[in-house]
Amino acid sequence: MSTVAGEMDHTDHHHHAPSGITRWLFTTNHKDIGSMYLWFSFIMFLVGGSMAMVIRAELFQPGLQLVDPHFFNQMTTVHGLIMVFGAVMPAFTGLANWMVPLMIGAPDMALPRMNNWSFWILPFAFAILLASLFMEGGGPAFGWTFYAPLSTTYSSDSTALFVFSVHIMGISSIMGAINVIVTIMNMRAPGMTYMKMPLFVWTWFITAFLLIAVMPVLAGAVTMVLTDKYFGTSFFDAAGGGDPVLFQHIFWFFGHPEVYIMILPSFGIISAIIPAFSRKRLFGYSSMVYATAAIAGLSFIVWAHHMFTTGMPVAAEIFFMYATMLISVPTGVKVFNWVATMWRGSITFETPMLFALAFVILFTIGGFSGLMLAITPVDFQYHDTYFVVAHFHYVLVSGAIFSIMAAAYYWLPKWTGHMYDETLAKWHFWCSLISVNLLFFPMHFAGLAGMPRRIPDYSLQFADINQIVSIGGFAFGLSQLIFLWVVIKCARGGEKAPAKPWEGAEGLEWTVPSPAPYHTFETPPEVK
Amino acid sequence: MATNEPTPNNARPDNARVVKRLLFVVVGMFGFGFALVPLYEVFCDITGFNGRTKNEQAAANTRQVDTSRTINVQFITRVNKGMPWGFAPEINSVRVHPGETKVVNFLASNPTGHNMVAQAIPSVAPGEAGLYLNKTECFCFNQQPLAAGADTKMPMQFYLDPDIPEHIHTLTLSYTMYDMTANAQPDVLATFDATPSAD
Repeated sequence: MSTVAGEMDHTDHHHHAPSGITRWLFTTNHKDIGSMYLWFSFIMFLVGGSMAMVIRAELFQPGLQLVDPHFFNQMTTVHGLIMVFGAVMPAFTGLANWMVPLMIGAPDMALPRMNNWSFWILPFAFAILLASLFMEGGGPAFGWTFYAPLSTTYSSDSTALFVFSVHIMGISSIMGAINVIVTIMNMRAPGMTYMKMPLFVWTWFITAFLLIAVMPVLAGAVTMVLTDKYFGTSFFDAAGGGDPVLFQHIFWFFGHPEVYIMILPSFGIISAIIPAFSRKRLFGYSSMVYATAAIAGLSFIVWAHHMFTTGMPVAAEIFFMYATMLISVPTGVKVFNWVATMWRGSITFETPMLFALAFVILFTIGGFSGLMLAITPVDFQYHDTYFVVAHFHYVLVSGAIFSIMAAAYYWLPKWTGHMYDETLAKWHFWCSLISVNLLFFPMHFAGLAGMPRRIPDYSLQFADINQIVSIGGFAFGLSQLIFLWVVIKCARGGEKAPAKPWEGAEGLEWTVPSPAPYHTFETPPEVK
Repeated sequence: MATNEPTPNNARPDNARVVKRLLFVVVGMFGFGFALVPLYEVFCDITGFNGRTKNEQAAANTRQVDTSRTINVQFITRVNKGMPWGFAPEINSVRVHPGETKVVNFLASNPTGHNMVAQAIPSVAPGEAGLYLNKTECFCFNQQPLAAGADTKMPMQFYLDPDIPEHIHTLTLSYTMYDMTANAQPDVLATFDATPSAD
């Protein structure tokens, strides 16, 4: 009976579905919105990547040759902002939109109209940010961290646009996060208890709480910058009784949880892929959940490790040093569990698994350099050098971005109904893997030798290292065009994908046909 | 069929409640961002974190002088970027016993052709020493007007609290001079009219 009712419902919906551009403008369907988020983030990835190419081209040789220093500063700033808020975060939100309802057996997100709005304000936010680059005086040039007084006393008038666009990005992320939380709390299929949820759902659930806790603090910080610059307040102006160091405290109170916002969903993705291709159940499911929650909790008490050189009392430096190092315990639990999952598994190396394996190794390297930076006395030497750049690119590019690539390959058959071209995908993986290490590994040495970050010129002794890094950068950028090719090819056709294209995969998303129908789980599945 | 099948519609009223609670968190955290400003002030005042000094007039010195200890108090002055004033202490350091009152003069000059108002902001290193530095008179309590081409001698009277920790032997007091002409208080600006200016 219920199936018949479901089918009738089904046809009814199709009848009303608008076509052409209005389908995408007015859609409240989680799959449409998820796809839009993913395409948007990929476009932003290419835009932010082009800016990185400008940076690497300028740094190919010592001296100033291609761009003037002020434009170089705008490139480092907007590259950071776009990659954080335009590429990584929307990619995760897109994956959440697509996969969370499919994984918990829900017909859609809980708040579909808000979902539409939270996506469609994003292109405007980034149009405003990118347009500010063409203003007189240039776009934001104070680094993505917009430290006062660089962003207040010494910034150009594009700061107003920067603040407005960050407000919009924040509103979008907060709405996305609220939607994820409500969906997970209220829309789980019968029998889908919290401790049966796939880890991608769990990690996103925790990430969403981090988002609603810290994005408002970022909104407050940019608002204070705006009023300091234009309305005569003195939050960060020492002459008026404020304190520029206060800015750094507020920013990093947001900023540190933010970096976990950009990595926790990765942990969920990797925890889905490694068991699938090892043909074993995930080792230590509940410890994974608790470790994720522990990392999220600790992220609120470590922010000042970004500020060791601001002249904090020794007691505070020691506290933040140990609190930071404590985070490596739950992170170590995760890495251990992934390795233990693979132990004696029947592993095959399809592209999602290759990216997942590269993630585990390269993210761990990024974690180790993070531990080095956490040691207060040595941080005084590493602070603001290329060592820091190497560290956070290892965790964000070969960490977060690699996990997003892994997720895309893993779920592409479900999204498009076709298998992607495995040969091309392997080319993409190997080119990315080699070039990403050529790009970021030598940066460690440049940093340890004292090369400062965010400077368009450098001493001659860094010339060789920078040349290698730039070549790696161009190669990594070009490699991503292979990914674009694979995705387009897969969307247009290819070998028909079965409902469950991966032998060892588990989860409700594989019980629906490929491609996933426009409406799924209108009748909730029974979870045992 | 009387089976109680869950449908998405069943969940709707529940959604509103969860959304309301989450929005409450969002608004609360936005407020918390701003609440960090006064919280930070209080935290710095209590701990001396970040070189904060008690930037208000201290009570007159009634403490016993502790002649068994001598602390070297050093003075550093800076002008903010773009600020054209000359600004220097008359002496670079002074050796004091805890509880002993000292006066140090600071010299400021306005080499420009227009009247200006400035504000000096103090900072103490090490931070914890800031809690024991008491100023009974200081040019830094107020904005300082200086007519075009004029110079002035500004006194600062202070004593160190005898409770200052044993391990502190040297204390550095730094002043940064900021241009406040655009944000001058009206009563400070009025002093230019009362006294004949250079032009």
